[in-house]
Amino acid sequence: MQFDQLLQYALSGLSTGAIYALIGIGFSIIYNATGIINFAQGEFVMLGGMLTLFFLELLKLPIWAAIPCAVAAATVGGILFERLAIRPLRQATPINLVIITIGGSILIRGLAMLLWGKDTHAIPPFSGDEPIAIGGATVLPQHLWILGITVIIIAINKFYFFHTISGKAMRACAYNRRAAGLVGIDVRRMVLFSFVISSAMGAVAGIIVAPLTMVAYDVGGMLGLKGFCAAIIGGMSSGISTVLGGLILGVLESLGAGLISSGYKDAIAFIILLLLLFLRPQGLFGKAESERV
Amino acid sequence: MLEVSGISQVFGGVTALDRVSFTIAKGDITGVIGPNGAGKTTLFNIITGIYTQTAGKVLLGGADVSGLPPERLARLGLVRTFQNIELFGGMTVHENVMVGMHTKSSSGLLACGLKMPWNMAEERRIREHSLNWLDFTGIPDLADVTAGNLPFGKGRLLEIARALAVEPQIILMDEPAAGLNSQETLELAKLIQRIRETGITVVLVEHDMELIMDICDRIVVLNLGRKLAEGTPREIQDNHEVVAAYLGEDE
Repeated sequence: MQFDQLLQYALSGLSTGAIYALIGIGFSIIYNATGIINFAQGEFVMLGGMLTLFFLELLKLPIWAAIPCAVAAATVGGILFERLAIRPLRQATPINLVIITIGGSILIRGLAMLLWGKDTHAIPPFSGDEPIAIGGATVLPQHLWILGITVIIIAINKFYFFHTISGKAMRACAYNRRAAGLVGIDVRRMVLFSFVISSAMGAVAGIIVAPLTMVAYDVGGMLGLKGFCAAIIGGMSSGISTVLGGLILGVLESLGAGLISSGYKDAIAFIILLLLLFLRPQGLFGKAESERV
Repeated sequence: MLEVSGISQVFGGVTALDRVSFTIAKGDITGVIGPNGAGKTTLFNIITGIYTQTAGKVLLGGADVSGLPPERLARLGLVRTFQNIELFGGMTVHENVMVGMHTKSSSGLLACGLKMPWNMAEERRIREHSLNWLDFTGIPDLADVTAGNLPFGKGRLLEIARALAVEPQIILMDEPAAGLNSQETLELAKLIQRIRETGITVVLVEHDMELIMDICDRIVVLNLGRKLAEGTPREIQDNHEVVAAYLGEDE
């Protein structure tokens, strides 16, 4: 096996991994604010891609305008989802909430299919598709966009949670909801915020990956599960552990697909997920309790 | 300042509180005492919006606040601390207090995104101002410690600092001396008196009679869900019914 080839797999794994990380952080933010695993998270990824396509093709907006519009529209979707499906059920048991989010995801997917059909679409890359050589490997400009945007989003996220009062209040809800209410934090509003942030992040992930992987009404399911897997590796932290979780997953998947067989690409993710759930349910990095947000 | 009027609470078939009424004057330190199971904590949970009472009203500054959730009450100036301290364990001591000042900031998610420089000024103001509360409760040197690692007594001081950061008019403390040694209890008594000096009304549920008798202006005694007596510490000590409830009836 040549080094160049390994480098190639690792590089493309990193950019897929960055996508998983963004989706995984979306899972963690909602989980930490509400205790809910939001299985509809993947659908917001799909909505990001499909809405961008909608604004590009049907409304003829330029790409720089279509992307913010798509993120905004997907975020409105997230707000509606919280208001209509989650908030009315606040006393529900975890299993009910899980089923609600799965139901929500099927509904969103169905609506997308009715609105936009079953076809798979391509979104043009943000800045051409001339490969760039790095060592003996090549990357597409879109890979760099993915990595760059992911780093920016994670930095903004970190800043929000650790250096703003609103972000601190949201962390406070994660640590102790009762005490948060007693110092005047409106926990329900923080739950809504968590859906706003996660759906926006999911949509961004869906948009930046769309030029590489194509987009269709049903891409949300698999991407959502991969993101969930990243969040589990990271111990449901919305910090760096989940980012590492996503990157590890992306690279292993890419190496597995390259070295063994591309047919096993998805299987690798789920074998990792199962092994972790059996052996280290607190996440790969252990101190889940002290770091999660 | 705070008035409870005809509060009853029934859990299943058990009457935990039966038509309890009393008034707490502004600037007083009021103790709520009673044997175990008297309904003290239930009463606190009703006043602070954690339970909704079966009957009766809670009035704060003359306005009916019955049934409001805790966060609304905190914004109206009513806060509490817990018997088992409730902190934000993974955040630093300083951050815990900053979160207490959350109600005094206007920085929503959008404000954060749109008005970053102005927002940072507010963040800085809160960061500095919150140190005052750590000074006030005597734990400024612990500002950067993770709250989950604090010893129990310090955790309690932090919980009080965080509650004060909400800038309340009235603070309710559920057994603040529980789990403290005698030295810490003495310091707590001084702290509670200093809190009162800043104009904040204090209500305590407490088992430590010495603490209660030392610092309270008035005492409300509950027994088996009913108000048994109300008065100054001296009056309560001389009240035969109260003595009987605590020590058992004489033959």
